[in-house]
Amino acid sequence: MDLAETEEEREFRAGLRAWLAKTLPELPPRPSPDDWPGRRAYDLGWQRRLYDAGYAGLHWPAAAGGRGAGPARHLAFLEEAERAGAPYVGANFVGLLHAGPTIAAEGTPAQRARWLPPVLRGEEVWCQGFSEPGAGSDLASLRTRAVRDGDAYVVTGSKVWTSHAEIADWCELLVRTGPDAPRHRGLTWLAMPMDAPGVTVRPLRTLAGSAEFAEVFLDGVRVPVAYRVGAEDDGWRVTMTTLSFERGTAFAGEVVACRRTLGALARAARANGRWDDTVLRRRLGRLAAEFAALWRLTQWNVSAAERTGGVPGAGGSVFKLAYSQARQELYDAAAEVLGADALALEEEWVRERLSSLSYTIAAGTSQIQHTIVAERILGLPKGR
Amino acid sequence: MDFQPTQEQEDLRAGVRALLSRRFGREALRAAVDRAEAGGAGGVDRGLWRELGGAGFFALRLPEADGGVGLGLAEAVLVFEEAGRALLPGPLVATHLAAGRVEGAADGTAVVTAFDLGDRPAAAAGPPGRLVAHLAEADAVLGAGAGGCTEAPAALLPAARPVPSADPLTPLHRVPPPGPGPDARLRDEGALLTAALQLGSALRTVELAVRYAAQREQFGRPIGAFQAVQHLCSGMLVRAEVARTAVYAAAVCADAADRAGAAGAAGAAGFGAAVAAEIAGAKLLADRAAAANARDCLQVHGGMGFTWEADVHLHLKRAWVRAEQWRTAAAAEEALAAELLADAQERGREGASYARDGSL
Repeated sequence: MDLAETEEEREFRAGLRAWLAKTLPELPPRPSPDDWPGRRAYDLGWQRRLYDAGYAGLHWPAAAGGRGAGPARHLAFLEEAERAGAPYVGANFVGLLHAGPTIAAEGTPAQRARWLPPVLRGEEVWCQGFSEPGAGSDLASLRTRAVRDGDAYVVTGSKVWTSHAEIADWCELLVRTGPDAPRHRGLTWLAMPMDAPGVTVRPLRTLAGSAEFAEVFLDGVRVPVAYRVGAEDDGWRVTMTTLSFERGTAFAGEVVACRRTLGALARAARANGRWDDTVLRRRLGRLAAEFAALWRLTQWNVSAAERTGGVPGAGGSVFKLAYSQARQELYDAAAEVLGADALALEEEWVRERLSSLSYTIAAGTSQIQHTIVAERILGLPKGR
Repeated sequence: MDFQPTQEQEDLRAGVRALLSRRFGREALRAAVDRAEAGGAGGVDRGLWRELGGAGFFALRLPEADGGVGLGLAEAVLVFEEAGRALLPGPLVATHLAAGRVEGAADGTAVVTAFDLGDRPAAAAGPPGRLVAHLAEADAVLGAGAGGCTEAPAALLPAARPVPSADPLTPLHRVPPPGPGPDARLRDEGALLTAALQLGSALRTVELAVRYAAQREQFGRPIGAFQAVQHLCSGMLVRAEVARTAVYAAAVCADAADRAGAAGAAGAAGFGAAVAAEIAGAKLLADRAAAANARDCLQVHGGMGFTWEADVHLHLKRAWVRAEQWRTAAAAEEALAAELLADAQERGREGASYARDGSL
């Protein structure tokens, strides 16, 4: 067991630190949370800077245009970027963390060449078309259909909870191609251009007040067969690859962000006198232990994946269960520190508190994760 | 970074597991409980103690020049995790810490206990005196005399009063308030090794719950097929895995700090704030994992779990004892809070030049 950095990693970290210190003050002001075109431009601009400096796609394999630097360096990047207050992936979330790694693992050379460089260069935004009104946690029950017509699939149906849909160029779309096959076997993973005729996006307001996700209606949308990633009817397996990335390392940067928020909370409590409240102080101490352990759990899972060859395992579900709960407790503690000020919506962290309610739902609810852990890791009998 | 046990570490762990399953399996555990209930010895089997000593359990971290094995805390936590899994009784941590300080501790010919229970200052209100475990069986008590040294139980026993213990295999005495307790360095190491014992117990109760849930049938199928039971079990694993990484990471960081010489090796001052906070977090999370997992394991066992025959209560009671040893939750949380604030204030200054929003 070794958490020490190699000489190379130390140099990487030092170079990154210097680059961040020089680059961050040059960034334009952040757009307001509801200015979606502004956020797209800002997030893509940041990605472009990363690309130009050689920091884009650190954890992607070199064959996919990445740096092949290994997950340890990717974690070091996330840690330093967050520590310095650098922008988060934002609108590039799906492209960099889900669709990109999936195409890198499952796509043809031509598909990799078409889709991966624009993600890394900050030119194209992806969104995720998995969930449907009737297929949330029970993803395999989805009903959006794709019927082969010559060299294209004709897609009809609707998707929901599609983050960043109105500013996305591409959608990683899961559709049903085999209506008569067992439900996990008849699915196919497609890359759909969001400007194709028949795609309608209707923004949905979240309980946090923002329109960060949307409904997407698909009415006879033609998607070329060449845009299919993986084999026809093999989309469930391809999707599991996507989800294992989502649960395994995609939240790593957020853990560092939570530690930063917790530190800021401690300072705020000190300033407003709440630090003298033993119960609250101990609660913050406990949260510090939780988030420190979550960072260690990320390092543990990444090391385990490296030993076994790449794709994060079911340990991601363990992480997600603990993390989503800790994140909600963090913002509840914040409300206790700030008292009535916790009601002022103009504070960014208040919106974060509201957003944190989605964490035990998104990417598979906590109940689904518990079942995955019970059946796949602990080997308990299949339930219902 | 390769945050996974090496082959040598796995081999060490497997060796200890094999030794314990041979010498202290379930039947030995139950026999020890029966003996203790009948008013016999409190659980320290001198023969087993010497065997553990021979296997390097106590001398693991002594330098080879002093007759030890020369390994670090990273290896020690793996070994103590196995002892926790087996519910091995006795002052394991104190004797391990006494290796090289008390004659006979390193090879297991001496049994050494410590004033490690509770954080209560000697002068605090409440029943007079302090609880100490395994006093009557011990050859020495760590960290009571002048300079944090040892005392002979013979000097303490006349004024000591035996107290019935919640854990049948951890006999307690109440003794007059001792002098200065173990130093900061010993307290940190003791907390970490106790956390490793808790971790082993937490992982073991997951196994016990899963095994029972897969066998026990109700309503015509195994109870493990019911989501309510599945989710209890997976919650247990989550707690144990979070604790596991915290314990391993704290051990690795403490070893690294020692190698870097930052803590002045075996200096009494302890490991420095960052490592001490890692250890406090590890103890806190491992205490929670052990106690909450034992409770949930008991719940999965249903009516069976509430009986003396089921082993679950032994895990719960020992978890409660260990939660009071070396560092309690209250002390750990206060230490973590202090470190959080100090670190945040430091970082606040450092990051102010390019802070994102000014607010939180």
